[in-house]
Amino acid sequence: MIGALTLLLVFQLVGEVAVRGLNLPIPGPVVGMGLLFVTLIVRSGPGEQLRATANGVLQHLSLLFVPAGTGVMLHFQRLADEWLPLTVALVFSTLLSIAVAALLLQRLTHRTPSHGESR
Amino acid sequence: MTPVLGEVWVYLSTTPLLGLTLTLLAYQAALWLYRRANHHPLLNPVMLAVVMLVLVLSVTDTPYGTYFDGAQFVHFLLGPATVALAIPLHAQWGRLRSMLVPLLATLVAGSLTAALTAVGIAALLGASRESMMSLAPKSVTTPIAMGVAERLGGLPSLTAVLVICTGILGAICARYVYGMLRIDDHAVRGFAIGIASHGIGTARAFQVSEQAGAFAALGMGLNGLLTAASLPWVLPWLERLIG
Repeated sequence: MIGALTLLLVFQLVGEVAVRGLNLPIPGPVVGMGLLFVTLIVRSGPGEQLRATANGVLQHLSLLFVPAGTGVMLHFQRLADEWLPLTVALVFSTLLSIAVAALLLQRLTHRTPSHGESR
Repeated sequence: MTPVLGEVWVYLSTTPLLGLTLTLLAYQAALWLYRRANHHPLLNPVMLAVVMLVLVLSVTDTPYGTYFDGAQFVHFLLGPATVALAIPLHAQWGRLRSMLVPLLATLVAGSLTAALTAVGIAALLGASRESMMSLAPKSVTTPIAMGVAERLGGLPSLTAVLVICTGILGAICARYVYGMLRIDDHAVRGFAIGIASHGIGTARAFQVSEQAGAFAALGMGLNGLLTAASLPWVLPWLERLIG
């Protein structure tokens, strides 16, 4: 587990250094994820230890959102001032993007021969 | 407060122990409630834990900064957790390759719809620039969204709140949207909710089926990459358009 955690941190560190060194507009951990993804493809898959550690971390992914979410208390004033645009934008944009993505993928996959006759 | 209690409080409010322990306690309590309610989407554990913490901090008059001195140890793990998303993403590599073109086209359309409609609607209704920039990356997972918002000139902590609201909204509403549009393919359902509502939508998709969950994880991961790479270039263009 420590080995796997070290590996994740090393990839994050490489990502952070790359982002700053090359002045990329992407967060460092995202570059780390991309690098690890490519590494996994090249080395054909994660070891058992890495798989178990990653599953453990991702199973409680929601816990990691809590400290940042509690930051809502810093923004009560802004939320009170701008609740209407923020609420309408959140609701419509979320429903629209689900609908657009689902309709498009449904249409595209049902046109390809391997999926075309499934209904 | 008695003098002894006062001393204890002074100690507790100066160590990270209290913020860290409170975070874990609130999360445990929220998980317990969520399980008791059969994973009802309205009782989202992140939302419950946040509500409890805000109440406790407000009642004890504790500033967010003091709390975060302890909670930062949990927050820090978002970095390695983002890196760890490479593992489920890699597990879908085979299917990803076989549907590559439809998935990528859907990804681009869904990702742009999520960001541009949010910013557009907020602009039309008179939101401030900081709020719009905080809203733009709302559909991607928190660590990525916060990084993107910071780059755009938004407020990362506001973004975290908006991201969590988006996740909860998607998790609650997706099945009604799919019902209306008659979408029954679980791969399609999963991928769409992953694009629009990141990790919270993905957690919900895994409760529907293994296949929906896997495709949701894929949509979430890919949209994280695409949004991080594209928004810093797309948004200045949109800003000029809406003036």
